[in-house]
Amino acid sequence: MTRIGVLALQGDFREHITVLRELGAGAFPVRLPSDLDGVDGLIIPGGESTVMGKLMVAYGLDQPLRDLIAGGLPVWGTCAGLILLSRETDNALAGQPLLAAMNIRTCRNAFGPQRASFETLLKVPALGETPYHAVFIRGPVVEQAGEGVEVLARLNDDETAGETLNSSGPIVAVRQGPLLGTAFHPEVTGDTRFHDYFLGIVREQARSQ
Amino acid sequence: MEKQTGTTRVKRNFPEMLKGGVIMYVVNAEQARIAEEAGASAVMALERVPADIRRDGGVARMSDPELILGIKNAVTIPVMAKCRIGHFVEAEILQALGVDCIDESEVLTPADESYHVAKEQFEVPFVCGARDLGEALRRIGEGAAMIRSKGEAGTGNIVEAVRHLRAITDGIRRLTIIPEEELMMEAKNLGAPYELVREVRELKRLPVVLFCAGGVATPADAALVMRLGSDGVFVGSGIFKSSDPLRTAKAIVKATTHFEDPQILAEVSAGLGEAMRGIELRAIPEGQLMAQRGW
Repeated sequence: MTRIGVLALQGDFREHITVLRELGAGAFPVRLPSDLDGVDGLIIPGGESTVMGKLMVAYGLDQPLRDLIAGGLPVWGTCAGLILLSRETDNALAGQPLLAAMNIRTCRNAFGPQRASFETLLKVPALGETPYHAVFIRGPVVEQAGEGVEVLARLNDDETAGETLNSSGPIVAVRQGPLLGTAFHPEVTGDTRFHDYFLGIVREQARSQ
Repeated sequence: MEKQTGTTRVKRNFPEMLKGGVIMYVVNAEQARIAEEAGASAVMALERVPADIRRDGGVARMSDPELILGIKNAVTIPVMAKCRIGHFVEAEILQALGVDCIDESEVLTPADESYHVAKEQFEVPFVCGARDLGEALRRIGEGAAMIRSKGEAGTGNIVEAVRHLRAITDGIRRLTIIPEEELMMEAKNLGAPYELVREVRELKRLPVVLFCAGGVATPADAALVMRLGSDGVFVGSGIFKSSDPLRTAKAIVKATTHFEDPQILAEVSAGLGEAMRGIELRAIPEGQLMAQRGW
């Protein structure tokens, strides 16, 4: 059985574990380095990136994670997880630890206070034609996607609606090899296509190694 | 593909992201920075922590917007603020200020002794206190997106927090085992909306996040309430009334994450210095109990 660790330092980890188990994958919480033994993939959930970053360092999870990522471990970051995976953020606190795995620059809390949080439908060609119901909670956006990064979805503001990925809307889902990042929360809507997509990456990676 | 803001889903998912974390009360920008550095998931901006409100007496109101904005500018984590029970104008002001969540709180002096704020119509999520399942479901019925067990704020005494948390989780457990035909009477006895009673029976938990507040003063207190089924912790007076706030705050954050690991709890509890003094509940005159506010 595929074993997916879900970083459980803080945030929305329970929901990811529930969805993964519904899809028949093995899912378990990761709080300490020893929990990483034998993982086939890892999800970094939504929550507060500052909190997760600090707790990651306090319990020595950051370096083992960087090593596993360098070794090809598939990792999916949602919201705060996307921030932790990025090479750079625009407004990180001094000393905010990042895993710096994806060649992207993210802007934290890009839409303003919670009052500006929203749900919307996204075109995600990698998941098929049906739009994806995406929930953004004080979400980030990807400001710059560098070499090797595939843009999976953009947010279409009204003026660019209908143009899909040619639009100029902010980037909200990206993939770089076995690494996946979404600015929104696929664990809360009941649409399991993103989790299926990630499990596909995990299986693909297992075959190639 | 329009953006929809302020929907029930959007409001209820904000506290979901705070789970497993600690929300700390702060009274100025400097404390807010300490809280953020310690790993707070959010801060509650207010003029006086409950221990001081209790000591000072008088009418406790919404904080000065200038203070709230100062704290908002000092940190990148979410900022919450309190309005008085039933004071919908204070709530509108807090929403206009752009706070991330409003706590309609019994810690402040109630503005209305019959009704709470109609929270459904706000775009910003609300958290409300509850002593038992009925009170929790009435607040959710009014539109609260998050519940916190009340405890007794400003006492540093966990006993009321445990009582209220257990009352809520016992109430939930009861709903999952009683026969179908008892549900309507149970809703009547709880004073709770029937549809929510049904929903809790199916989910086996509240339809919103449940935190614990009112009396958490040590890492062990935080872990205790997590073990009792809380999704996260509010710490009011317990941090900045302790002898080493930054260290206490960091320890409570670690204890909330590693609440099932006694070895880590022992490590973070060691050498913290003095916790807040605390008050024995029986020493508080009946009329000064905050938890009894709310209807």
